[in-house]
Amino acid sequence: MTTSEIMTLKTEPFILNFGPVHPSTHGVYRMRATLDGEVILDIEPVVGYLHRGVEKLAEERTYTGFIPLTDRLDYISPMSNNLGYCLAVEKLAGIKVPERASYLRVIMAELQRLANHCVAVGSFLNDAGAYFTPFMYTFREREKIVDLFDMVCGQRLTYNYMRIGGVSQDIPEEFLPAVEKLLDQMSRFIEEYETLLKQNEILLVRSKKVGILDREIAINCGISGPVARASGVNIDLRKTDPYCVYDRMEFDVPVGEIGDCYDRYRVRVEEMRQSVRILRQAIRDLPSGPAKADVPHLIRPPAGEAYMRIEAPKGELGYYLVSDNSIAPYRCHVRPTSLINLSALRDMVKGWKVADLIIIFGSIDITMGEVDR
Amino acid sequence: MTSALSGEHMASRVKEKYPESIEESTSEYLVVKGDSLLNVARYLRDTDDLKLDFFNYVTAVDYYSYFEVVYQLTSTVHNHSIVLKTRCHDRDNPSVPSVVSLWQGADLQEREIFDLMGIRFEGHPNLKRLFLWEGFQGHPLRKDYLS
Repeated sequence: MTTSEIMTLKTEPFILNFGPVHPSTHGVYRMRATLDGEVILDIEPVVGYLHRGVEKLAEERTYTGFIPLTDRLDYISPMSNNLGYCLAVEKLAGIKVPERASYLRVIMAELQRLANHCVAVGSFLNDAGAYFTPFMYTFREREKIVDLFDMVCGQRLTYNYMRIGGVSQDIPEEFLPAVEKLLDQMSRFIEEYETLLKQNEILLVRSKKVGILDREIAINCGISGPVARASGVNIDLRKTDPYCVYDRMEFDVPVGEIGDCYDRYRVRVEEMRQSVRILRQAIRDLPSGPAKADVPHLIRPPAGEAYMRIEAPKGELGYYLVSDNSIAPYRCHVRPTSLINLSALRDMVKGWKVADLIIIFGSIDITMGEVDR
Repeated sequence: MTSALSGEHMASRVKEKYPESIEESTSEYLVVKGDSLLNVARYLRDTDDLKLDFFNYVTAVDYYSYFEVVYQLTSTVHNHSIVLKTRCHDRDNPSVPSVVSLWQGADLQEREIFDLMGIRFEGHPNLKRLFLWEGFQGHPLRKDYLS
């Protein structure tokens, strides 16, 4: 026996379960990882722990009655879920929304994007190993946005604010000054994160060139939102397929270069800046008038089907509705951004180490409520 | 603004290449026969002036007499979209070809439909239930579930 034969260690791949209850999985998600030592050979997602059958429940509710359930899909950004669903019903039934309501919707959707990205950036850094310090910073700002939502609809998490034909109630007097104050603070806070993190050596080493997602794979997998834009897919539905009054807003779409974890983080921070820009314009141009069209509680859209999609904070959120001219949807399908954004996870983590799996997974930004529905 | 391609117009184009493939076409959607789904989908994805390369979603609807599988495709190059459908009339053993070989993003979504609607996707590399557990009886999104 030669020396080299003695020295060759035979290893066998083994299977390790991450989750379903694990701090890094952002909910109840399980990854069956096949490992060779510390290197990931393959992973298989196991989902369904939070499956509530939302699409079936929709078939037994009125069109209006389904709005509260949309809050519980992506519970980090319920306003966007509300918005996507209401727009889909309005498209199906041909309902026109008053201009003030459209502006209010844009304001809420952008505040929601800020809140979502606060959570996304905070938890991403949490996964990178900076336990809870950046998380507490970003949650400080999210808390202020949640207070603003509390002001308009009396809820802190499940807002149920949008209605078919507008929003449930007009904003109170003190709302706009409070938003302006927040925007002033927000710009300062974003700079604060940048000072702390942009050139932080640990973050750079952990996330630069880690978990690269190629542009072609991103398109082939149907990846959307900040994850796709970080890989160079220059698609933002607010620009390419505008809804509400986004076509009147001026903003840039940040796009990454190589699609690594760092790019995804950068795209989100840059999007926060753009959201502040959009909010300032929306507040400046907010017209007066009714905040809701005169739509009855029970509507019977004409038989047919409609698909409406919006740029939710996590990507393309869509609702496919089929109507049979009754008071409940015949079929309601939610295009789950989080589930589809997970399609490329296997390609992104193969060959990386276990510690990188955590940060790559964290950089996608998913919510289990939307994956499992 | 993403423009919607007319199903009728697309049908006449697809017919030139695959004459027997179209079942029905309206201004809103295009229904193809199950056995030519892959050919038509590949044609839509790879033709230069169509380039419907982005797979938005796939879902299924139960109309009692048949199941309809609905695909939405968008072009990242030309910013237009189309709704592609296929129908399976066999209620006891419905199946359509899987498009995972064309779009990787269909993987989890086809498993979801198999789980909740009970439609088999022929050629899917790992067709098993996604949300519900192995051994679960029935397919909850079918209209006759619980009746």
